Amino acid sequence: MASARLPTLAVFKFASCDGCQLSLLDCEEELLSIAQRLDIVNFPEASRRWEPGPYDIALVEGSITTIEDRQRISVVRKQSRVLVAIGACATAGGIQALRNSANVDAYARSVYPHPEYLSSLASSSPISAHVAVDYELHGCPIDKHQLLAVLLAFVEGRRPPIAQESVCMECKARGHSCVLVQGGEPCLGPITQAGCGALCPAYRRPCYGCFGVKEHARVEALMNHLQAHHGMGDDEVLRSLSTFNAGSELLIRIAERYRRPPPQDSEDS
Amino acid sequence: MYLWSTQQLQALIDLLRARDYDVIGPAVRDDSLHYERIDSLPVGWGDRQDAGHYQLRERADQSRFGYNLGAATWKQFLFPPRETLFRVRDGDFVNCREAPQKMAFLGVRPCELAAIALQDRVFTEDPVEPGYLARRKDLLLIAVNCSQAAPTCFCASTGDGPEVNAELPTDLVLTECEPADPYYLVEALTQRGQDLLEEVGGSQAPASARQTVDRLMDATREQLTRALDTEELPGLLLGALDHPHWDDLAQRCLACGNCTQVCPTCFCSTAEDHTDPITVEVRHNRRWDSCFTQGHSYLTGSVVHRSVRSRYRQWLTHKLASWVAQFGRSGCTGCGRCITWCPVAIDLTVETEALRAAP
Ligand code: SF4
Ligand code: SF4
Ligand code: SF4
Ligand code: SF4
Repeated sequence: MASARLPTLAVFKFASCDGCQLSLLDCEEELLSIAQRLDIVNFPEASRRWEPGPYDIALVEGSITTIEDRQRISVVRKQSRVLVAIGACATAGGIQALRNSANVDAYARSVYPHPEYLSSLASSSPISAHVAVDYELHGCPIDKHQLLAVLLAFVEGRRPPIAQESVCMECKARGHSCVLVQGGEPCLGPITQAGCGALCPAYRRPCYGCFGVKEHARVEALMNHLQAHHGMGDDEVLRSLSTFNAGSELLIRIAERYRRPPPQDSEDS
Repeated sequence: MYLWSTQQLQALIDLLRARDYDVIGPAVRDDSLHYERIDSLPVGWGDRQDAGHYQLRERADQSRFGYNLGAATWKQFLFPPRETLFRVRDGDFVNCREAPQKMAFLGVRPCELAAIALQDRVFTEDPVEPGYLARRKDLLLIAVNCSQAAPTCFCASTGDGPEVNAELPTDLVLTECEPADPYYLVEALTQRGQDLLEEVGGSQAPASARQTVDRLMDATREQLTRALDTEELPGLLLGALDHPHWDDLAQRCLACGNCTQVCPTCFCSTAEDHTDPITVEVRHNRRWDSCFTQGHSYLTGSVVHRSVRSRYRQWLTHKLASWVAQFGRSGCTGCGRCITWCPVAIDLTVETEALRAAP
């Protein structure tokens, strides 16, 4: 490339499975083209290169679950001009946020022989709970086309096209049959943010909300209808709200209303 | 009027296909009826529709038009849900609108025909949308009178059905009779339609054919159980902007946008730029939008319709009230799709009734 300095891109990982970073690696051919427009200085999944900041754009995967994480994210923020939180963990706490409504010590004791070696926060929280975030990409994992759109919009100085509307909008644009209206399936499409292209309804499966809640998500209104007209029980509602985006404050608040009081002896075991 | 057998109906499809038309009509896919490119008509299908409910059903007859409405509308072919308007390559604009494929719509219902006529006004009067116009120009329309109505239909209230309004632009009008072993009464309303009619052949319909159609239409009118009271509706709705019933609606509506996406007259869109990662070419893409999205009313840094209450109110008051000032008639043709496909069974006829009542 010419000598003009390319904007730098760095990828950071917190509590996560690496699946979202892998979406970047998954871009393959497109990644080579991106690499001509952005200098990828940190991307541990792909290279050993590790340059110190500052960075023009940072992709942050994972949720904040330890004191060290909390310190590290504030350093990343200070070093990055634009910070993009990617994936359900970074935007809504991830599946590990299931512990937010449970007793972490009890979990630790039942899983680890030496829980005293662990040092983690009582909850798993999204990046935006700790630092300012410029853009959020939802999904477990994220959609690679959305990721590319954000990177290219950044290079070209545009606002990235990230729709905040429902999965239903994509579902209808693609001409799928509606599994909720036709089959009474508990589809979460109406409360879930678009971005996946209505992947599950395309295969006649109800959306289970991996892209997290959309703006103005009417979770309770949908659940009321599913309970009254499609025979959904409290347990099923609770389960459908407690998945990849379990750390969403909205989902936690609403899930509480469907939770039965815990059994008395939940502390020991 | 002519009388056609099912073979002659098929001959029409074959003839159009031989003339390079894409024939778009009903097809069964994933347990519902969609409009798609077809080479023959599905036989013996009906539907059960109600608020928030749709079920495809097999009929015990040979009907070709025994269902009421396809799940999605014809607008997807004239005003596609996604379309690239132009591309920019190395700083140069590239027009990417190719000459469209000629289309023939087979099985357009009266309410749908009225909706096409409405979208014609939106897209081909000032300003003209060239893509729509290009697709519309050669479009051949074959409408079908409704020999049955669904519980969600209320076309009689809006004056758009169940019989085709012969004032509207359509080439042929079919009426399906005797579904057990159907035959079709066919009328041509344009020269193009007349030519097709003669080419396909068939016999002259008996003198009683007109009465047969009238009788069938009367029977369908009897089946129309839903109604929308349109009396003084625009003034009434626009005078009820603070009605407490909007709050009740806001408790139920999901702002998912399904109603607008299935409505044959809704025309809102938004545009986005996408760069192709490999060629670095920028595509300016248009896609369907909805007054239920936040982006729809985003203006220089803030959103006008923030609450679900104001979004639903925008949809209903535009559709049933401000359309009248804008286009000389309401934007609703009584097809009932928004009622069927609302995931939480919100029904605009019921809501409008509630808004009529004093708060
Ligand atoms: S299948 Fe699900 S996502 Fe698709 S329109 Fe129906 S409710 Fe929405
Ligand atoms: S349809 Fe729902 S669950 Fe399926 S990929 Fe999309 S957001 Fe995830
Ligand atoms: S408002 Fe509803 S009933 Fe009226 S034309 Fe639109 S979808 Fe059909
Ligand atoms: S009225 Fe029904 S279909 Fe329309 S936005 Fe509200 S919930 Fe969705």
